[in-house]
Amino acid sequence: MTTTPVRRETRSLTARQRLGRLDVKLSPYLYIAPFFIVFGIVGIFPILYTAYISLQDWDLVRNTGEYIGFEHFTWVLQDREFWIALRNTFSIFLLSSVPQILVATFIAYQLDHNLRAKTFWRMGVLLPYVVAPVAVALIFSNMFGDKYGLVNTVLNDLGLNSILWHTDVIPSHIAIATMVNFRWTGYNALILLAAMQAIPRDLYEAAAIDGASSLRRFFSVTVPQIRPTLIFVILTSTIGGLQIFDEPRMYDQTGTGGANKQWLTLTMYLYNTGWGKFDFGRAAAIAWILFLIIVAFSLINFFITRRLVADDASGGKR
Amino acid sequence: MVAGTAAFAIALTGCGGSSSPEGSSSADGDTTGGEPVTLTVATFNDFGYTDALLQEYMDANPNVTVVQNIAATSNDARTNYFAKLGAGGLADVEAIEVDWLPEVMQYADLVEDLSSADVEGRWLDWKTEAATDPDGRLIGYGTDIGPEAICYDAAKFEAAGLPTDPAEVASLLEGDWAHYFEVGEQYQAGGGGAWFESANATYQGMINQVAAAYEDPDTGEIIATDNAEVKDLFMQVTEAAGDLSAHLPQWSDDWFAGLAQSEFATLLCPGWMLGVVQGAAPDTTTWNVADVFPGGGGNWGGSYLTVPSSGENLEEAKKLAAWLTAPEQQLKALAAAGTFPSQTDALADLDAINAAFASGDSPTKAEYFNTDSLGDIFSSRADAVSVAPFKGEFYFQVNDIIQNALTRVEDGSQDATTSWDQAVAEISALG
Repeated sequence: MTTTPVRRETRSLTARQRLGRLDVKLSPYLYIAPFFIVFGIVGIFPILYTAYISLQDWDLVRNTGEYIGFEHFTWVLQDREFWIALRNTFSIFLLSSVPQILVATFIAYQLDHNLRAKTFWRMGVLLPYVVAPVAVALIFSNMFGDKYGLVNTVLNDLGLNSILWHTDVIPSHIAIATMVNFRWTGYNALILLAAMQAIPRDLYEAAAIDGASSLRRFFSVTVPQIRPTLIFVILTSTIGGLQIFDEPRMYDQTGTGGANKQWLTLTMYLYNTGWGKFDFGRAAAIAWILFLIIVAFSLINFFITRRLVADDASGGKR
Repeated sequence: MVAGTAAFAIALTGCGGSSSPEGSSSADGDTTGGEPVTLTVATFNDFGYTDALLQEYMDANPNVTVVQNIAATSNDARTNYFAKLGAGGLADVEAIEVDWLPEVMQYADLVEDLSSADVEGRWLDWKTEAATDPDGRLIGYGTDIGPEAICYDAAKFEAAGLPTDPAEVASLLEGDWAHYFEVGEQYQAGGGGAWFESANATYQGMINQVAAAYEDPDTGEIIATDNAEVKDLFMQVTEAAGDLSAHLPQWSDDWFAGLAQSEFATLLCPGWMLGVVQGAAPDTTTWNVADVFPGGGGNWGGSYLTVPSSGENLEEAKKLAAWLTAPEQQLKALAAAGTFPSQTDALADLDAINAAFASGDSPTKAEYFNTDSLGDIFSSRADAVSVAPFKGEFYFQVNDIIQNALTRVEDGSQDATTSWDQAVAEISALG
């Protein structure tokens, strides 16, 4: 019934009307096109070109290469340093991201209460984020000096032994994770706080009337309500954590990851291969391996987080 | 992230002292005599090429405008150099450091041959030889060098019953490395503490006296693991370091703190190290320099000027590079930035070098190190350098592996044999 008049209308469209329709249909794509064009140039193209270079014995200076197939990939996967770097990357990632998100959620929950001088506290947690990473690294590597560092001096004063921050594996990871946490905890707390503020207050009131304790309200109301934000925060810190570079590179004077590669991360391994040894074919192969690892790990994390938080939410699902 | 390494890298490549302002471009188009050209000179840290010095060249060559670009560190300059060497876009005159000279030598065909009758014999032989490729092309004009002497803390020497006068210390330390370590034991027997800073720095001084340490000069093959000399030095230095070392990795925060607190008694001192010592321990008055170096002479660091073939004004660029590296100009650069000359005529002019060390901000180097003959000392040290170690494609990767192995012994995480074996495995995987 109703289709007939519409069809008649279509037939009788003027050129101007047609343009108008096109406008409505195409405009959104046009408006987002600049991003995708720029992304294609600076994102997709380099990724594909990196794949091309990773199959070549590449000479950066002469800009020429010789096709060698997957030789770089097999070499990298057999290299001891690669596996050490992978271990370090995950170790530093876990030591930083896990406590960071737990603490950030806790801080955000506290800031969500009615505090005096709210803005002061909220700005306060963001302050470390404003400090340049290099400055953070300089300050912290001074604190974590083996002989004259502040931390060891305090430990000695307390009658404890010095910790060899630049020799032992785990202490070096803890020191680096500390820098990362210092910088990112407040930032994540603010994002989570924004999500918490968007939770309707009547949910809390209803829960309180039902007799839910503060702890119960947190797990049954707050956590399920901020689930999308929590997933976002976990994903970005996964991607960021697996690409960690500034802090470990600034951790000692040479920036190559320690005498026994104690804190060599994957991105440092990539950088050392590319800009240290000028072996861009191999560096490109590492870049691709790193890319695949991050994609795989982000997906795993995404599903785990969704499942975990969903289970918690079984009671108060929206 | 590179900005932070800058602080260390400045120390690494040495050219300390007050940094001169960025190269300014005076664009007054005085066009008398020849086509007007603008030449760019790219340097790093502080080469001592002041605006006044460049203006001098522009006054003498009115058609030329010289613009200097200064990179913060040698590492920045290296990255930039190789990113653009093939693609084009480098400055007309590009400074390179001896550390990455072997890498530049692989692309010797992309830079101009600078050899000419005018500059023949201008530099110390070994300085020129290192920059000459197998076809006899000279790819860089030498600027400065880093002849090594021994810096020592006279107060510590006195407390341990050793002589304190520079001349007496020089004769005390005269000999090979074994003798240097023996004196260290004497020093400790007299109640002294650590004799030197780290096994790493000491090994660097030792290996730089070996003509062909890691690679076969003829074939370029890696011979480090078969070369008994390398292993012997490794074992000798790690054994000595057990008692004598302060275990402070060079350029680390602990190292600077250790220097400030006089943790060790002696230090291998290239000319540019004077500024580092003075900067790290400004309140100490007891550092002196002795005209001696274990095992003969040794050189650490130094730079060259190259002319990339992709430039547009090759002839003018060569002229400028030749002028900048002439002895007269190098002496002015020494006064401005402490870059010690590699030119034989400049080295012969002891009065001028002494005067350069005694100029600048107070306390001058001469005052700080309690002598007005720093020029005599370092010229004599430069004369003592007889070996230009062969450094090929893999030199720095191999050296890096061995340095890491030394660090593992120094920090106590491995014993010397385990560490050496690991280094051997890593070197074998290089190829």
